[in-house]
Amino acid sequence: MSLHRNKQKRVWTADDKNQNLMGYLFASPAILGLVIFTILPMIASLFLSFTDYSVLNLHLHWVGTQNYTHIFFNDIFFRKSLLVTFTYAIGSTAATLVAALILALLMNAKVRGQSIFRTLFYLPVIVPAIASNILWMWLFNPDFGLLNAILRFFGLPKSNWVFDEKTAIPSLILMAVWACGGTALIFLAGLQDVPETLLEDVEVEGGNWWDKFVHVIIPSISPIIFFNLIMGLIGSFQTFTQAYVMTNGGPNNATLFYSLLIYREAFQDNQMGYASALAWILFVIIGIFTLFIFRTAKSWVFYGSDK
Amino acid sequence: MSKKKIKMMTYIPLVFIGIISIVPFLWLVRSALMNNTEIFEFPPKMIPTKWLWSNFSEVFKVIDFKTYLLNTFIIIVPVIIGTVVTSCMCGYAFARLNFKYKNFWFAIVIATMMLPSAVTLIPTFIMWSKLGAVNTFWPLILPAFFGGGGFNIFLMRQFFTAIPEELDEAAILDGATRFQIFWKIMLPLVKPAMLVVGFFTFMNTWNDFFNPLIYLNDPKKQTLALGLLQLQGSYSSEWNLLMAASTLMTIPAVIIFFFGQKYFIQGISLTSGSKS
Repeated sequence: MSLHRNKQKRVWTADDKNQNLMGYLFASPAILGLVIFTILPMIASLFLSFTDYSVLNLHLHWVGTQNYTHIFFNDIFFRKSLLVTFTYAIGSTAATLVAALILALLMNAKVRGQSIFRTLFYLPVIVPAIASNILWMWLFNPDFGLLNAILRFFGLPKSNWVFDEKTAIPSLILMAVWACGGTALIFLAGLQDVPETLLEDVEVEGGNWWDKFVHVIIPSISPIIFFNLIMGLIGSFQTFTQAYVMTNGGPNNATLFYSLLIYREAFQDNQMGYASALAWILFVIIGIFTLFIFRTAKSWVFYGSDK
Repeated sequence: MSKKKIKMMTYIPLVFIGIISIVPFLWLVRSALMNNTEIFEFPPKMIPTKWLWSNFSEVFKVIDFKTYLLNTFIIIVPVIIGTVVTSCMCGYAFARLNFKYKNFWFAIVIATMMLPSAVTLIPTFIMWSKLGAVNTFWPLILPAFFGGGGFNIFLMRQFFTAIPEELDEAAILDGATRFQIFWKIMLPLVKPAMLVVGFFTFMNTWNDFFNPLIYLNDPKKQTLALGLLQLQGSYSSEWNLLMAASTLMTIPAVIIFFFGQKYFIQGISLTSGSKS
């Protein structure tokens, strides 16, 4: 026995160096990719944010914190887009999470035909963004759109949806909720792992479905709620396509998303330095937000081993 | 209430939400088949009086649909190959091989999933433009050969981790090299994972709007997503054409989804396993 172990140990030791080499070899695409497409561009972008660089302009001047002071003190679009982006990010993440969780609970019910419903709920997710944006512009059409036809059917006043300053963001949130099937499937996977015995315990103690939901289901899937919350917020902070395709930031800048602002500065006005500063501000904001949620996570996210 | 009744009750919201999910699709197809007067009737009809299939051929006439489709495929094929091959390699390394600073590198790879793309966008664009690669497919293809992104690497690693360690150990004792283990033992076992990554990559590339928008300005080089945008710009009130074009772009995604449904769901379930 001990001989065998020795032999095995020797083999693995000889393998260690080899593993190190092979490890780096196999991981090299990711590591090179990180350096070329993430780390170096991040450093370059931080540097550019202190310059007046533009692609057309061959000169590059160090302007210190000028870009940043201009953004914080003089750029009205910055403030507007921050407000728009925060409103949408929080609204759409909250609405999507709630809708997805309800959907997942329904999909988790043991009734026949669930695979058909699962497919139906996931379909909106697979529509290409541009096609879904054009489709929704048509659905939102104030005069000929389906949504106003439905409102009319129920005798409700018509809405201008994305074409009105007041309803633009709620309309986009509605669109996000329509495509919540992906998030719902992640929840569903979590719901399927909720321990049956815990649910039975609640029943034994005379609890109803609400007790099960609050005391068993929510704590069990809290890591997944956490994951969906983080990814939802990060994703919605970067919303671009809807604003670019559907509303072009309007009406009256009501959908001037932060990413659209960066795009305009960088690729339409050619202010690469200024746009880099905007990008870094977004990065820091998302970073602080994420960190904050990670900090609070300790008090409400329960991992399996805690139980 | 009896259990049976509760079961029946769950159908009500299921069917209701199912209808909400599907109605926009029906509206899409119904609008794609109408003529340009019927589409503007109010209150609207759900079924066109005459099914105008010619709207689809009209799309091919008014925009260079064939070129856009071809360009999209020229991009999509190498992107899938690059992503599957390199994410597989990296997933194997992070799951199975012990190398220095492995956890450090892996943590960074995962962290990049949370990085807003705007913060790397501008220097990356400048780099490609200095290389003369704007209006070529390189900026859209080449990055796929560097691991295919944190999500795919993570997915692959999860699959590799699920394979019993004894397999490697036995092979090592038999004198197999790490490369042989990867090629002969591991790869056949992670084929389903490669399909998952392949399907997701197809979808993401097919749907990608932002990168083509940034890198492809030449109309001859543009992808379907940009073609649709162009159509929207020049035929903004011909909703039947816009709907026909949107339908044409949605159909391949739906077909791929039906073929790969199992893999999509598997991939999504694995994502959720990650958090614990």
